[in-house]
Amino acid sequence: MRVALFVTCVNDAVFPATGIAVVKLLERLGVQVDFPAAQTCCGQPQYNTGYRRDTEPLVGRTAAAFEGYDYVVTPSGSCAAMIRDNYPRIGRLQAKEGRGDDLAGAAASLVPRTYELTEFLLDVLGVTDVGAYFPHTVTYHPSCHGLRMLGLGDRPRKLLEAVKGLELKELPGAEECCGFGGTFAVKNSDVSAAMGQDKLRNARSTGAEVLCGADNSCLMHLGGMLRRQNSPQRALHLAEILASTEEEPLL
Amino acid sequence: MSAPTARTSYKNGANSTYLGMPSFPRAAHAAVRDTTLRANLKHATHTIRDKRAKAVAELGDWADLREAGKQIKDHTLRHLDRYLLQLEEAVTAAGGTVHWAADADEANRIVTDLVKATGEREVVKVKSMATQEIGLNEALEAEGIAAYETDLAELIVQLGEDRPSHILVPAIHRNRGEIREIFTLTMSAWGRPAPDDLTDRPADLAEAARLHLREKFLRAKVGISGANFMVAETGTLVVVESEGNGRMCLTLPETLISVVGIEKVVPTWRDLEVFLQTLPRSSTAERMNPYTSTWTGTTDGDGPRAFHLVLLDNGRTDVLADEVGRQTLRCIRCSACLNVCPVYERAGGHAYGSVYPGPIGAILTPQLRGTASELDASLPFASSLCGACYEVCPVAIDIPEVLVHLREKVADQGGKGHRLEKAAMKASGWVLNHPAALATAERAASLTRKAHPRRLPGAAAWTNTRDLPELPAAPFRDWWKRNRTS
Ligand code: SF4
Repeated sequence: MRVALFVTCVNDAVFPATGIAVVKLLERLGVQVDFPAAQTCCGQPQYNTGYRRDTEPLVGRTAAAFEGYDYVVTPSGSCAAMIRDNYPRIGRLQAKEGRGDDLAGAAASLVPRTYELTEFLLDVLGVTDVGAYFPHTVTYHPSCHGLRMLGLGDRPRKLLEAVKGLELKELPGAEECCGFGGTFAVKNSDVSAAMGQDKLRNARSTGAEVLCGADNSCLMHLGGMLRRQNSPQRALHLAEILASTEEEPLL
Repeated sequence: MSAPTARTSYKNGANSTYLGMPSFPRAAHAAVRDTTLRANLKHATHTIRDKRAKAVAELGDWADLREAGKQIKDHTLRHLDRYLLQLEEAVTAAGGTVHWAADADEANRIVTDLVKATGEREVVKVKSMATQEIGLNEALEAEGIAAYETDLAELIVQLGEDRPSHILVPAIHRNRGEIREIFTLTMSAWGRPAPDDLTDRPADLAEAARLHLREKFLRAKVGISGANFMVAETGTLVVVESEGNGRMCLTLPETLISVVGIEKVVPTWRDLEVFLQTLPRSSTAERMNPYTSTWTGTTDGDGPRAFHLVLLDNGRTDVLADEVGRQTLRCIRCSACLNVCPVYERAGGHAYGSVYPGPIGAILTPQLRGTASELDASLPFASSLCGACYEVCPVAIDIPEVLVHLREKVADQGGKGHRLEKAAMKASGWVLNHPAALATAERAASLTRKAHPRRLPGAAAWTNTRDLPELPAAPFRDWWKRNRTS
């Protein structure tokens, strides 16, 4: 089984610890993982801001980078959703506009091989207990694209519940958006910040030490707010919790 | 009593924006700081959102109903010309008269002339989005005709010289205390005054409204309505409501004029049955709404003696021509998308600058009015694309898909703020298409990270409320190279 890591551009540049955690986690579970260096960005920021044509080269690049792999695993629900929902759409529109059908073909090949991390763990590897150790209180924010576009359901929660020492705290209003939304965070910064504050109020009310998520772009927004407020709570990607073991504890 | 004059504090023609409305982010800037508004909206939307979820969960076949609603609408829209002609024929055969209005001005002219022909100076109205969209009340007022809104929330908005901020609950931004004050101060200028000892108990407020309105129902000779549905096979119009004011307006006056968007037609009663299940549960979270009125033309000795149907286009055929955008016309105006929208909850309905607020407004308004104005061009961006609206929409309108589609149109047209963005997208696109350049940029950022401030002057929109993330010592790809390649 040939498995590639699609680390995503945000994790590559800003949150490498998440990428490293995925590699260590998968290796611990006996999966040999590769990192094709030709990968960059899935094109979601461009696409969602209205620059579909500028997204097209990235669709082609991403599909080509992962050609030949049986599984493409990514620790980002929204990048996985971008590939699954929007790549076929971009391909269809390219064809309809008479500019070739290479992207439709690329999407058709890549989509069925693309997995968000928790999907890969539960649906492909069939594990819920990954042998992790994390003796802390944690509350989980399900990011919108993982929740609604991918339908991750209770996969993340099952994984967290199986972590030794971890106490999961229910997050009130969990399914409400945190207010990141890509360029929305800047174009509508007042509403974005108001949504973030409400999310953090709920997160704080749980008393958890860690606010966990499976999408670092949302956590960049929430974590940035937590730091600004000098909050003792910290934002952490699910993969880093799952990579933490008794031999090599994260915190 | 004389007809009220110049009461409305806003005017809107259909194809013009609300005059002087700022773009969405600027309007929202004020709204998020209005703590009363935030509290009113949060309370109201969360209450109805939870109730809706329960009402929908009761139905084992909700997903099938949603799919059926979507398909019925899509089928009807594909053959809209045929069904509209069938409807016209059936309405005419039943004694009604059908008028076709290409735009707001034409619709307003038709209705105003019809009212004038009766010699009446006042009309009672059933809540109708279409007549608000075309600014009918203002058009009537300009001709000296007073239009009285009879829906409780519309009455509150009208008396308060306010604008509606929600499709179903136009006065959602008002609390009981504010409503008591509006009634006490303004009812006397419009008709029967509020009792001196009016409290802010909901039952007392409703009773004051009931007495005030009763006078108008009994006197009115002309009623004006919209319709939730029109059944093509029999020429029947359908109004779904909760208060009974609709039933009064539809049955008591001698003349009834209905202004209805052309997308409201459904082929048969069998099709209607689907929506009569999904609409109440989605909008008021009821299994069935208290009043469903249906009428077909005129009937001797029963109800209005004259019935006019004004079929309104006003931009709808343009929406229909857009392959991605046309799904917007499936909308049955249930307002479920507003009640789950985190942006609507914090920005409030007024920020959308149209009678259609919330997610549906963010996709419908820029299609009906175009994106030439700053406000209309900002609407497709008034969303975090969280998808909560799509999830609850009973006719499965993929609102995020349409939003992104409209963003593309706005970006293509360029204009303020989008030229720089376009250049930035091109530049970043180039870097992202060249991994070596990307790695160099990442390394440069990491190497200089100590010099990065947590607040950036040019990035205030981000750093006013959030720290920038601390950059790592090296990008992931460097770790990989060092640790996993030989
Ligand atoms: S878009 Fe859907 S959810 Fe929103 S008002 Fe229309 S039918 Fe209801």
